[in-house]
Formats: sequence, C-alpha cells, structure tokens
Amino acid sequence: MALLEVTNLDVRFGLRQGEVRALRDVNFTLERSERLGIVGESGAGKSVAAFSLLNLIAKPGFIAGGSINFEGKTLNTMSERGLRKVRGNRISMIFQDPMMTLNPVLSIGEQMVECLKAHRRISGKEARAICLDKLRQVQIPSPETRLDQYPHELSGGMRQRVIIAIALLLDPDIIIADEPTTALDVTIQAEIMALLLELCEQHNVGLILITHDLGVVSQVTQRMLVMYAGRVIEQGPTREIINDPQHPYTQGLINALPQMATPGEKLNQIRGSMPSLSNLPSGCAFHPRCNFINRADGKPRPACTEQVPGFVESGNCRVACHMVAEMIEDRRLKEETS
Amino acid sequence: MTAPAEAKAAHPTPTQNEKSDDSLLQIRGLNKRFSLSGDFLEQLRFKGGKLVRHQEYVHAINGVDLDIKRGEALCVVGESGCGKSTVARMVMGLITPSEGEIRYAGERIDNLSSRQLLPYRKRMQMIFQNPYASLNPRMTIQQTLEEPLRLHHPDWDREKIEQKVEDVMRSVGIDPDWGKRFGHEFSGGQRQRIAIARALAVDPEFIVADEPISALDVSIQAQVLNLLMEAQQERNLTYLFITHDLAVVEHFGTRVAVMYLGTVCEIATTSTLFAKPRHPYTQALLSAIPRLEDDRPQHIRLSGEVPTPVNLPTGCVFHGRCPHANARCKQEIPVLQTQDDGTRVACHAVEEGRL
Amino acid sequence: MNASSSALPSRWERFRDSYLFYSFKRDMVAQVSLVVFIALVAVAVLAPWLSPMNPYDLAQIDILASELPPFWVEGSDAQYLLGTDAQGRDMLSTILYGARVSLIIGFGAVALQALIGVCFGLLAGYLGGRIDAFLMRLADIQLSFSTLMVAIIVGALVKAIFGGETFSAYAVPLLVLIIGLAEWPQYARTVRASVLAEKNKEYVDAARVMGLRSKRIMFRHVLPNTLSPIFVISTVQIANAIISEAALSFLGLGMPETHPSLGSLIKSGFDYIQSGSWWITLIPGALLVVLVLSINLLGDWLRDVMNPRLYKG
Repeated sequence: MALLEVTNLDVRFGLRQGEVRALRDVNFTLERSERLGIVGESGAGKSVAAFSLLNLIAKPGFIAGGSINFEGKTLNTMSERGLRKVRGNRISMIFQDPMMTLNPVLSIGEQMVECLKAHRRISGKEARAICLDKLRQVQIPSPETRLDQYPHELSGGMRQRVIIAIALLLDPDIIIADEPTTALDVTIQAEIMALLLELCEQHNVGLILITHDLGVVSQVTQRMLVMYAGRVIEQGPTREIINDPQHPYTQGLINALPQMATPGEKLNQIRGSMPSLSNLPSGCAFHPRCNFINRADGKPRPACTEQVPGFVESGNCRVACHMVAEMIEDRRLKEETS
Repeated sequence: MTAPAEAKAAHPTPTQNEKSDDSLLQIRGLNKRFSLSGDFLEQLRFKGGKLVRHQEYVHAINGVDLDIKRGEALCVVGESGCGKSTVARMVMGLITPSEGEIRYAGERIDNLSSRQLLPYRKRMQMIFQNPYASLNPRMTIQQTLEEPLRLHHPDWDREKIEQKVEDVMRSVGIDPDWGKRFGHEFSGGQRQRIAIARALAVDPEFIVADEPISALDVSIQAQVLNLLMEAQQERNLTYLFITHDLAVVEHFGTRVAVMYLGTVCEIATTSTLFAKPRHPYTQALLSAIPRLEDDRPQHIRLSGEVPTPVNLPTGCVFHGRCPHANARCKQEIPVLQTQDDGTRVACHAVEEGRL
Repeated sequence: MNASSSALPSRWERFRDSYLFYSFKRDMVAQVSLVVFIALVAVAVLAPWLSPMNPYDLAQIDILASELPPFWVEGSDAQYLLGTDAQGRDMLSTILYGARVSLIIGFGAVALQALIGVCFGLLAGYLGGRIDAFLMRLADIQLSFSTLMVAIIVGALVKAIFGGETFSAYAVPLLVLIIGLAEWPQYARTVRASVLAEKNKEYVDAARVMGLRSKRIMFRHVLPNTLSPIFVISTVQIANAIISEAALSFLGLGMPETHPSLGSLIKSGFDYIQSGSWWITLIPGALLVVLVLSINLLGDWLRDVMNPRLYKG
C-alpha cells in the first residue's frame, strides 16, 4: 500500500458568490521516498491541494469529500489532536516565504527546540544537539552562532535552509514543499533544490513539490501531476510527461517556454488565460484555449464542450482529454481490424 | 571607488560628433548611493567623546557603462539586489544618479528638470513588473490610456484621442469595448497588456521594461513576450529589458549585460554569451537555469551569498564567491575589457588567461 | 473578475455587487445605525418645518409655561410633548433645533479638518523631506494643545476684542473654526501614512514616467486611493466633533443659550435637575448619545469593511 493515498479529493470554498470548487476528483498516491511534483499556474489549485493534505485549509475553505490516507489513517476525518501528531512530525511543510514559518521574535534555536519538544520528550541539551546536527546537514556555515540568531539576520537563502532543517527535524516521512524556491535567486534556487534532493534521498523522505517551474520539476521529481482549474489533467512519470506530453495544456505549457523556441522567433503561446473557478467553462475547462477541439475531419468534437473528460491510460500516464481518448480508441479499433 | 574616474578617463566627455554612432542611450560612469542614515540629526554619533557625523550608504550602482544601440533589445540580467532595476529607474529619471551621465540621442538627460524632460517622456516609456500595482485602481482603462495622450498632445481633439486609444488597445489585443472597466476586473496578463498599451500610446522609440513578465504565469509570459517582440518589429522599438530569467534573455535579447552587486561583469551578444560565457559569475548563472532536458542539475556551486551593498568587498565584488579568485582579485577592481569577439568582460582571471 | 463578458455593469449594479453593499446587507448593527442616523439627520434638517414652535422666536415663548414635564408625567401640557425648559420653550422644538446646530457644527468642523488635514498630509507624504518634517512638527504642536484650550483662548480673545454679542452672533462659524483647527492633525497623519504607502506603488511611477506634474499625480492618482481611510476616520471625527462641541457648550464656551445646541441644552437643564426637572437635561443627553453611538457604530462597520488587510479590493 502506498504511503499516502489521496482519493477523489474535493475542496470547496464558501464565498459570497456561492460555493466555489477549488479542487475536484484529485487522485494520487505517494510511495515511500518517492518524489512527486504538482505543476500548475496560479489558480490551478496546487497550493490548495498541498494545504488540504494536512487539513490546513483556512475558512471559508473545507474538504467536502474524498479521503486522504496516510499509513492507513484517514487524515481528513482525524481529530485536530491526532493531526497535530502527524503535522511537522510525520509530514512537514516548507512554504514559499520563509518568514511565514519563522517567528521573527524568536531565535532560530528557540524555534527549532520548541518544535522538537512539541513532539518528543527530550532535554534541552539533546534538543540543541539535534538542531546543530540538522543545521550542519543543510550546510549552514557556523551553525552554533546561527542557532542564536534571529530570522531577520539571515539572508533569504539561509532562511530557506533553516526551514529545510526544521522540516527535517523530526525525521518525517513526507515533506510537502510549496514553491520552496520561487522567492529566491536562480543561483540560490539551484543550490537549495540540489540540497533538498540530496537530503530526501539520504533520509528516504518522500517529497511533494508544488511549483510552476517545469524545469525544477523535471530535475527533482520522479512522477508529476499537472493541474488546471482545480483538476488533475495529466499524471505519470515526470520524464515521460516532459518528453511526450499528451494533454494539449501540458503540451502548451512546455512549448511556451522560451527554450523551446528559436531565439528571435515568436514563442508558442497558449491563448487566453485560466478561467476563474467560480465561472468555469462547460465540458473540459481547457476547451476555450485548446487547439484540438476539432476532430481529424475538421468538425468540432461535441464532447469537449459538453462533457468533463475522464481519465484514460496512455502508456504509463493518465490523461483527462477527449482528444487523447479518441486517438487511443481509434488506434485500438485499427489494431482490431487489422 | 575608482571606477567612475577610470570611466571618465576611458570615455572622454562625448563630443558632438559622437551623435553619429548608432547608440540611442549612453550610460557613463553611473553611480548611485542611497543613504541609510536618515536626516542630519540622526547622523550624529558620539565617538570618543566627540560628536561626529556618521553616514552609511547602500552602494547600489558602482560605475556602470552601457550603450544601447538603436533597434536592439539590451537585456540586463542579475539577481535581486544587483542594481538592474535601479539602472532602469535612473534611465527613466525616476531617481537621480549620484554620479555619472546618461545621454539620450546624444543629449544629457540625467540632470534635466521634470519640465525639461517632458519631450523625452514621449520618446521613452517604461513597463513595470507588477501589473497589479502599475494601473491606478481608481481609473478606468480608458482614462488610464487617455491620460498620456492628453498630456503629450494637447492639440488633439476628443475624437482623435479616442481613436488613438482604440487603435492602441487593438494592437495589444485588448477589446476596446472594455475601456470603461477598471484594472482589477482583468487578469494579470490582460493588465500587463494594458500597461504596455499605455507605454505605446505616445508612440515611443525606446522602452524600458523592468521585469515585465516575472509576475505572470508561464502560459501568459509567452503571450506578453510575443506582444513585446511584435511591437518591436512593427514600431522599430529599442528595448532596455531588465530580467532575472536567463531563458527569456536567450530568446528575446540582442545583447546581454550581466550585473553583479552594482557593476557590469560581462556584456556580449546573446548568442556569444550563451555559447561561451566568460565571467565566472555568468557561468554559474547559466548553469543554474533549471532545464527540461537533463535529469540531474550539474550547476556550478557558488560558495556563500551575495554580500550586502553597504560594505562592498574590496577588489572584484565577486571574489568572495568566485572559485577562481586570487590575491589580485581581492585588491584590484577589474574593468571591462574587450575580447576578440567583441565581448566585454570585467575579470582578472579572463584577462590573465587563467580562465 | 472575468472581463470577457461584454455587458458593462451600470454604476448601480457595480454598487449592488460590491463588497461594501454585501457586508452591509449582512450587518444588522450597521443597518440599524444607518437608519437611526439618517432619521436623526432628516429630523434635524427639517426642524423648521417639523417642530411645533420656533424656539428662537421670543414672541412664541410663554414664560408661565416653564418647566412643564413631558407628556407621560403628571402635570404635563398636551401642547408640549416633551415638556418645556426653564424659559418656557417647547423642549421638542428646542431639541430639534439643537440637534441641527450640533450636526452643522459637527459636519462643518470635519469638513474644515479634512480640507486642511488632507492637503497637508498629501503634501507631507508625497513631497517628503523638509516640507514633511515641517508640516508634521506643526501637527505635533497642534496636537499638544487640547481642543478645550484652543477654544478657551479663541473664545476669550473674540469676546475681549469684539464683545459677547459678536461672539454669540458668530458662534457657529467660530466653533467650526476652533474644532476644525484643533483636530486637523488626525487627518494629516492618516493621509500621510497612506500616501507613503501609495506613492511607492508602480502606478505612481508610471504617472511620473508619463511626465505628469506632481500636483496632478497627487490629486488625480494618489488622493483617490487614500479615500478609504479618509472615510473611516471621518465617521470617528464627526462623532468627536459633535462631542467636542457639546463639551464646549456645556462649559459655556460654545453655543449661547438663546441659540442652543444639544450641549448647551444639557447645560441649561443641569441647574434644574435638583429641582426635579430632569427632562431638560436627560432628553437632549439621550439624543446626543444615540446620535454619536450611531455614527460610531457606522464607523466601526466601515473600518472593518474598508480595511485593506481584511479585504483586498
């Protein structure tokens, strides 16, 4: 059985315009020490997915259905007390903005020791030793002095290292990292990502990496989900999706990268923008921006505008697209006839 | 702080005949310090029983020389705090340089009053990073776009202005019927289109774009970048394009200037820079771009972090993180030197052939 | 939200869909406060037509009918619903006229405060430097005088130079001036703080790049974006101004008894509480409390709604 299993996750927000479905039919699993990427643009629901795993969604959001199974325990129905034993301890989180996690009026050491003591019964001395060890692991120079410094005395990259150290403090099984390097510079980003990857491999920690950066996902993760307007539209092994994306949106996203075009030529853009969740188009949410809503004979495929696409298996990947489903069906028919 | 003096020596004050060359914008020996010490009373300190005036500065820009040629897109790249945005804002006259000169089409513009600058405002425009903040939330799109036209063409009648607004909205792909709406009703990509329309409304020849796509989503970035390239072709625009995203630079730029801690460390044509980066910092920067192709990052690891621009390192500003630094790098500030292929690099190691 | 639908909402539709209206619909306290406030303002404005008597007209006053209790107390006269005061004026009429005077002074003083404060705050915040330092020190000095002190000094000076008659004749504009001058720093500080936040936004840079003059940027671009805090502070300030006026009048530094405001009514009745004529003080007092409370409650609601941290518009 998988370490983490998410089935039919459904998250809604009760807004004044009515109920908005921020996530629907999200299904995925995470094996022990596996690295999974969740990719999407802003508003795709990737952060909501991350937060809902630990039932951290703030009002007016709530989990309306589905289940999140961690080692056989259902997290979304668990009591707040039970959840606290999981959060930070078994599953920890890294946020985009380090200042969101770090308390500016407490020293790094105080925060780390506090976190340790909340989950384990150990003496202050032992706790300090563990903290020092973790800070060394994240390659912070002179960890003894850092322990007594305050978050504002550290640079952005150092802070993010401290956050990683805190995330690793209790030897968790899974780290959920929500855009961990977006606020950082390219050179620092590369270092932090390399560090995170290295530590996850060393300690057999599973990683759920939420990002908009396809480059980062392709370098760090083994499997990935692509999200669009609150749904997963494609999932499978990262290399296969990057090298041969099936869903028109994934294709568009990869082809829109500047490195995919000849310098000086026009980029392959996707027209339009992501719809707001309160006003989703009918059928496939991507159809107004899709170039493939016409069939091979040039006539529009009615299913695209009328029916929400279900998942079809395509190789090792699962894709939610009528066009792909049709192609697979055609291929099967051809094979049958021949 | 010898760089400005050297710059002045290397480039004697441009004479009239320098107008003949094809550079549209010339930046010479640019320096900018921001005071950290507050007003006069706050600067006074007691030291050894005496009252002394103590001032601290952020050395944001330290001797930058740049030339932007007509019709090109010069990209300035660097990480946060390297001063790239400060250069852009000084070019646009939003902040005044502490030292140095900025010439536009041969005329000095850095010391002009806002009234004297007015004719230049029509020729040079700016696009900002954050489309959520660059549109006045209390003005409709129509009002936003009409304002520069009314200012710069006081003789135009209402009809002509409305016609122009409609044209410019069409040219950026915004439906002219949306003019009565407010900025917050649009998505980020659409707002950035509107901001571009505002810059294009006065038909400028030079545009400073300060990270115009970094606040946008991937699929929208491509749209906006295409729009900027289209506008360049149609209107023969010259760009000063500020960005931290090297992938964008490779696609968009004619030439690239790499900045680190307020100084330019390498200037080259885009293809040369990406094929053969010279400066160790450029090399590290290029290796850090997350690529789709390779499975494992093979980036050059830089030790340490960017020093603060308050206490600048002696010698080469990069020496603390540079894997090739030696004693000379710690003492002597390197100057830009032209290589055989026209690339200009400020690095002792490159000069000595160590690299 | 989604700009692609082509129908443009009208101004009213915009308002109806706004967060302001939405939260108003859900807030009982705000609704009741607004109804009470509008009712009080309407009654005060329409006082000359609503009130049975003109308290300013000496000819209508019957000195023999003084200190009559309100209708529900024994010994009342049906002609005087809320009784009469010590001079025989109809309380109802006097209160209506008094509320009018209080509101005029309240709104007038706040308008003056806002005018001075907004201009100074805008200049200080946008231009910065020495102008900022000078104006803000001026505000500090102004704040270190209490309203009462300013009123006593100005009142004493006017009375000394022009005589008590003149003071009484120009009491309303004088009180507007005194309260207006005393409290402008509140506005100046609020406006300056939000100007400092706004002027670093890119739309201000965009306006500068366009070549607009500072004056236009200040008034056309920055000022409209600082209106929310100005609205919020205005409600508090109106309530404060009404209270200040009442306090001044109660101390005898405000409206004369011939032209009473709510404050001077309370004062005039204060001497008669001992003799059992409580209504002369308590009824206008209660009205003052209701008026100020309704304004303050509205202000609280407005502050919650317009707080940009709670709701990003």
